[in-house]
Amino acid sequence: MLFSITDHPIRTQKRKRDLESLEAGGYVEFEGRVRKHSHGREVQRLDYESYQTLAESEGRELLQEALDRFDVIDAAAVHRVGSLDLGEVAVWIGVVGVHRADAFRACAFCIDEIKARVPIWKREVYANGEAEWINGCSGHGSVFASDEAVAHSHES
Amino acid sequence: MSTPDGPTTAPQATTEARSVQVQYYAQLREDAGRSEETVQSTAGTVDELFEELNRRYDFSVAKDDMRVAVNDSFSDWETSLDSQDLVVFIPPVAGG
Repeated sequence: MLFSITDHPIRTQKRKRDLESLEAGGYVEFEGRVRKHSHGREVQRLDYESYQTLAESEGRELLQEALDRFDVIDAAAVHRVGSLDLGEVAVWIGVVGVHRADAFRACAFCIDEIKARVPIWKREVYANGEAEWINGCSGHGSVFASDEAVAHSHES
Repeated sequence: MSTPDGPTTAPQATTEARSVQVQYYAQLREDAGRSEETVQSTAGTVDELFEELNRRYDFSVAKDDMRVAVNDSFSDWETSLDSQDLVVFIPPVAGG
């Protein structure tokens, strides 16, 4: 159960090896990547920064919550900070479980929680030279319906 | 504030300034023009410290949209300040 912030490219294959378990029938991973368009604007790169101490403690806490809520064996995540080019991996999450259903759900839970509560900030730099800090808007991509019990609630 | 006995009592006589550390991230770092500083403040709570700094820097994020951390843990606005506390105001996060 490891959550870390790094300013280097995330070595997802190495991280994945840390999750090997002979009890696991399934491994699910998620990579969040820098995409070329955001709300109709052409993106040139993303700049991320974090409040590292709190980001890592909050990250470990949400991974523990994933292990408590779902029937999974282990979970880990890494978030990158600094300037990222198009296509680079900004966040990686890996989950191993005995069966696939809870591994998928735990992985989805982790990305929702990371977006909603870990102190990491993102500045979109556009092809036309403008730039903008992105505020929240974490809910749109969730696989959970907003009234599902595992959906993130902003009460904390 | 005046007192009945001494009309010229300075505010410092009743409220002691503390030295607290403040870190700024994202928009707040740009608003403040720095990523951290030591602040001498008479603020009794995190909320009062925010108001004081907001008057100085005119932050571009509303307090209602922010959270706050004291000494590397999420905290609430009414938390009282101690000398040497580390305070971080947290604008809406956007990881992922």
